[in-house]
Amino acid sequence: MVKEIERAGIPIVQMANLIPVAKTVGSNKMVPTISIPYPLGDPSTSKEEQWKLRYHRVGVALDALTMDVKEQTVFKVKI
Amino acid sequence: MKKAILYINQFFGQIGGEEKADIAPEIREGLVGPAMELQKRLGEDVEVTHTVICGDNYMGSNTDGAIETILGYLEDKDFDIFFAGPAFRAGRYGSACGHIGKAVKEKFDVPVISSMNEENPGVEMFHEHIYIFKGGASAAAMRKDIKKMANFGKKILNGEVLLSAEEEGYYGRGIRRQVWLEPPVTAADRVIDMLLKKVRGEKFQTELPIPEQDMVPIAEPIKDLSKANIAIVTSGGIVPVDNPDRIQSASATRWGKYNISGLDRLESGVYKTIHAGFDPAAANADPNVIVPLDVMRAYEKEGKIGKVHDYFYSTVGTGTTQGEAARMGKEIVEHLKETNVDGVILVST
Repeated sequence: MVKEIERAGIPIVQMANLIPVAKTVGSNKMVPTISIPYPLGDPSTSKEEQWKLRYHRVGVALDALTMDVKEQTVFKVKI
Repeated sequence: MKKAILYINQFFGQIGGEEKADIAPEIREGLVGPAMELQKRLGEDVEVTHTVICGDNYMGSNTDGAIETILGYLEDKDFDIFFAGPAFRAGRYGSACGHIGKAVKEKFDVPVISSMNEENPGVEMFHEHIYIFKGGASAAAMRKDIKKMANFGKKILNGEVLLSAEEEGYYGRGIRRQVWLEPPVTAADRVIDMLLKKVRGEKFQTELPIPEQDMVPIAEPIKDLSKANIAIVTSGGIVPVDNPDRIQSASATRWGKYNISGLDRLESGVYKTIHAGFDPAAANADPNVIVPLDVMRAYEKEGKIGKVHDYFYSTVGTGTTQGEAARMGKEIVEHLKETNVDGVILVST
């Protein structure tokens, strides 16, 4: 799906836990998530912490949409 | 007596399903689950001494730690061959078998044999590192797949002549090995034969296949995010609780688009996940952990992005073939274009 959307010229960032899989399949811009069942918020942490993490990682993904990269890139996250 | 060790996941290790996918690796003496069939197929000359079990999500999220732990378990074990799987079309399991197989191969230099369906992403990732036999789509193929793994394992252990990847039935590792042709035909004769066939429009088999890799050119980045219309797409199966498009929980062929204009977040009880490939508890309790509408709205209010697109798009990405995924992707693109979407955040699970 990522590739078909990008093929149409629409910039796309894949947020994924299994980054090696995303890379192999051919994603160009990737942001890591924290797990498979809850990519953007660990239920064992507080609502506030979950929000912070989600806000941060989605922010990284949004910025990645504006980046001019020349090769497959995994964008770094801080939390 | 030769010795073998088998790696399997929590499901085939009979510990549990998705709710146990987070369990850390363990090693057990003797045979667990598929190890029994493997032992049967290997016969009397090879003993499966241990079964290693690890949760698929644990391996996915703590790959380095899981590998280190398992290599630690194996350090004082005496074994001649290592098996992993079969993993069928299960992507996380295939990837786990590949990760551990590659690590065992590198550290202990023993042959490593697995089996996966051609749609398993583990094939693409690891076929150059370990023997991966062409396997069935589901556990219904268990016996057949184990038989292939065991037969080839016995061949290696007995020092028999190994044929090419295609003849043996595993995915080529991209290794070129010198062989004696019988009867001998020189390269010059072979290439002219091939050329003549090509000229005549006949079928011919190249001796140097170049694997195709379908990479997509990176799309032009968004110039002004503060004016951009951003859509959320997910393969995590988030849908309204009644699943109006009847998207399948696995091997999906359908997708849905759901209007979120006017919503600040996806409420539990209104939206849920129908994905059968992971424990849905967390996503059902808060669907925003997969479709992050709440923080997207925050970015919209701040003016970082122009707007959140009125719809989010959803399907289920477990057991879904790459062909179906590509078709659904193309269909989604049509909607994205009609509605002037400038960029997409795709959350996969």
